[in-house]
Amino acid sequence: MRHGKYPFVVGFLFAPVALYVTFVIWPYAQAFQISMTNWRGLSAPQWVGFDNYRRLLDDGAFWKAVQHHGVLLLALPLITIAIALFFAFLLNVGGKSSGGQRQGVWGAKFYRVVFFFPQVLAVAIIAVLFQMVYRPNESGLINGVLMKLGLDPILFLVEPNLALWSILAVLVWQAVGFYVVLFSAGMASIPGEIYEAAEMDGASRVTLFFRVTLPLLWDTLQVAWVYLGIAAFDAFAIVAVLSVDGGGPDGATTVLAMEIYRNAFVYSKYGYASAMGVALFFLTLTFAALTLRLTKRESVEY
Amino acid sequence: MSITPEHPAALDRRTVLRRAAAVGMLATPAIGLLSACATSSGGDKENEKAAEGTKSAKNPLGVKEDAPIEVIIFNGGYGEKYATDVHEPLYKTAFPKAEIKHQSTQAVSTVLQPRFASGNPPEFVNNSGEKLMDFGALVADGQLQDLTELWDAPSVDDPAKKVRDTVVPGTVEAGSFNGKPYVLYYVSTVFGIWYSAKLFKDNNWAPAKTWDEFIALLTSIKAKGITPYGYAGANAAYYQWNVILTQAAKIGGVDVLKNIDNLEDGAWKQDAVKQAATAWAEVGAKFSDKSFEGLKHTDVQLRQNQYKVALYPSGDWLEGEQKQDTPAGFDYQLMPVPSLTASDKLPVTALRATAGEGYFVSAKSKNPKGGLEYMRQMLSKAGAKGFTEVVKAPTVVTAGSEGFAFPPGVASSQAALKAAGQDVFNLYFDGWYKELDTEARSATNELMFGRINADAFVERIQKRADAIKKDSSVAKFKR
Repeated sequence: MRHGKYPFVVGFLFAPVALYVTFVIWPYAQAFQISMTNWRGLSAPQWVGFDNYRRLLDDGAFWKAVQHHGVLLLALPLITIAIALFFAFLLNVGGKSSGGQRQGVWGAKFYRVVFFFPQVLAVAIIAVLFQMVYRPNESGLINGVLMKLGLDPILFLVEPNLALWSILAVLVWQAVGFYVVLFSAGMASIPGEIYEAAEMDGASRVTLFFRVTLPLLWDTLQVAWVYLGIAAFDAFAIVAVLSVDGGGPDGATTVLAMEIYRNAFVYSKYGYASAMGVALFFLTLTFAALTLRLTKRESVEY
Repeated sequence: MSITPEHPAALDRRTVLRRAAAVGMLATPAIGLLSACATSSGGDKENEKAAEGTKSAKNPLGVKEDAPIEVIIFNGGYGEKYATDVHEPLYKTAFPKAEIKHQSTQAVSTVLQPRFASGNPPEFVNNSGEKLMDFGALVADGQLQDLTELWDAPSVDDPAKKVRDTVVPGTVEAGSFNGKPYVLYYVSTVFGIWYSAKLFKDNNWAPAKTWDEFIALLTSIKAKGITPYGYAGANAAYYQWNVILTQAAKIGGVDVLKNIDNLEDGAWKQDAVKQAATAWAEVGAKFSDKSFEGLKHTDVQLRQNQYKVALYPSGDWLEGEQKQDTPAGFDYQLMPVPSLTASDKLPVTALRATAGEGYFVSAKSKNPKGGLEYMRQMLSKAGAKGFTEVVKAPTVVTAGSEGFAFPPGVASSQAALKAAGQDVFNLYFDGWYKELDTEARSATNELMFGRINADAFVERIQKRADAIKKDSSVAKFKR
């Protein structure tokens, strides 16, 4: 034992934990505490017990938001992962094989960069960008073309049945690039010999994908699913900037973060907003735990 | 998860990602939002003595002459130039030793919320814009300085006159909560329906006085291929509930609005509100454009400037706001909301007018007296005149716009205000209960874009009003 080893070790153990507790755990604990009060953001809060939670139960906007999270939670990961997998497969192993090494489709390097573009943009910029794309009159990117062709404009963000899907499309558009890169990295680490062997056995591209790539990518997919799930629980910035009237029309696109924001910063009901935050916390935690449990399977070692 | 690397070399990319995912789970979104402004609640150290000086004829409020003052201006439609170029120099001239700290922002609550929460609020605030702080919550919390002292102080220009006697009647009331003045609403605002004098002249159209005339007017505008009427659903639905409620007040008298403000039982279900909603739902269905629900107010206003929309509801800040985009000769004009029936309680000239643009002094700031004095300077003739010259809008100071030639729009709204005489009313519920405002906005979009009828419209807003009435955490106000 060299002199001074323990302080060194303890220091390294203690400092990160202290930082973590101060900046992560403590605010969380405080959110729980605030959710039991009627704090309005200014003077000292009063304890109201579970009042805020009782109120949550018959808050229409809250349930609408939860419902939207349900939709997003199913659709966002499914669609994003499907598209990203498809692209990643094409980019990495979808092309011809040369010298025993499988290649991506022609121009794969270029596409890889292009797919990643949306990830580089700030979310707020994306939202503003899509405002232009979705604009309901002739100055909109899509509707401008439609109206030139003599068609009726599509009211993307205005039609209550369409608005959430329009927002979902933006979320997918933005997310796909990252997962293409993620899956590409995963695919790159799958040994080429496996593909080679499968090909010699006469496997088609579809078989290759479903029998080789997908199983060996399982861990990455799992991560992607959890990530996208969490993204589906957020979606705040896009909804706040893009949707009509902040989560509108009439709450058709609202999400929990939007309702938290509205209750906290528009209505100054911080206690109530915290209760929503706590609800969101448990929803997210449940989701993550469930996902990890349900998708659990033995990793393939190679 | 089944495998854990036994030695560092096995720590491949996926393991790292998986761990990152686990951390990501803990960093749940949005909840962190709240932690940013967690209750440090140091707001209770108010015993710190507020700066005070000796009262004199020149200093009737007793401001400490060298106490610094911090001014926060909302940088919106009126900009901040009126503060830096007019009001702050006035204060500086009166108290040369005082240091003035100026800050402007477009998101008032974002900047100020933490400062109020930590007990270090600025002296003087222009609380306005999309992110204004909830006045009701501020009052309920004792954060706002009672302005009685200011209103009773002698005015800058004539020591024989109290400040309250130099402003338009109703100014003090507009900023009062349960009878106590807390907010200075500084800009005189008139609401109505705006049109282009040029467009109307070119087509031989005349502003409508009765509902039949109005429908006929809308019909002939439509025949011309111009969208007759529209407001922006994306962020300005309150422009339209304002029209509906103005109509309701004309039908049933000003008590209709008073009941709504006071959260009286069934206030929204009053017949006048229902009639007004029915009438305007028809306008929305036949004479507007569905796409407007997805547009912001500036978009629709721009379309009006391009002569694609004929009539647009707004307040008289509209002309100034659109200055850059209005073509020469457009000539904004105001038309009061037309009468619905021959038996309306108020004449067609009646309109909603109020003092707008709220300013307050923080009670718990270091120098509240300085804030009051700043207001007194604002309310001087020089302060009001300077403001009007910079932003082209009339203030509540009666003598402030004397001899000032307003642009056509404001000139027409000032004329309409004069014509209205005593039949001027106002409403307050949106400032008192933000939730009710939000609900009214959503319901208005639903109504005007044809998803619900008038009955459902009043039903759902009434439901929210009832809920607010029962909510003990919301401070209630009466007028």
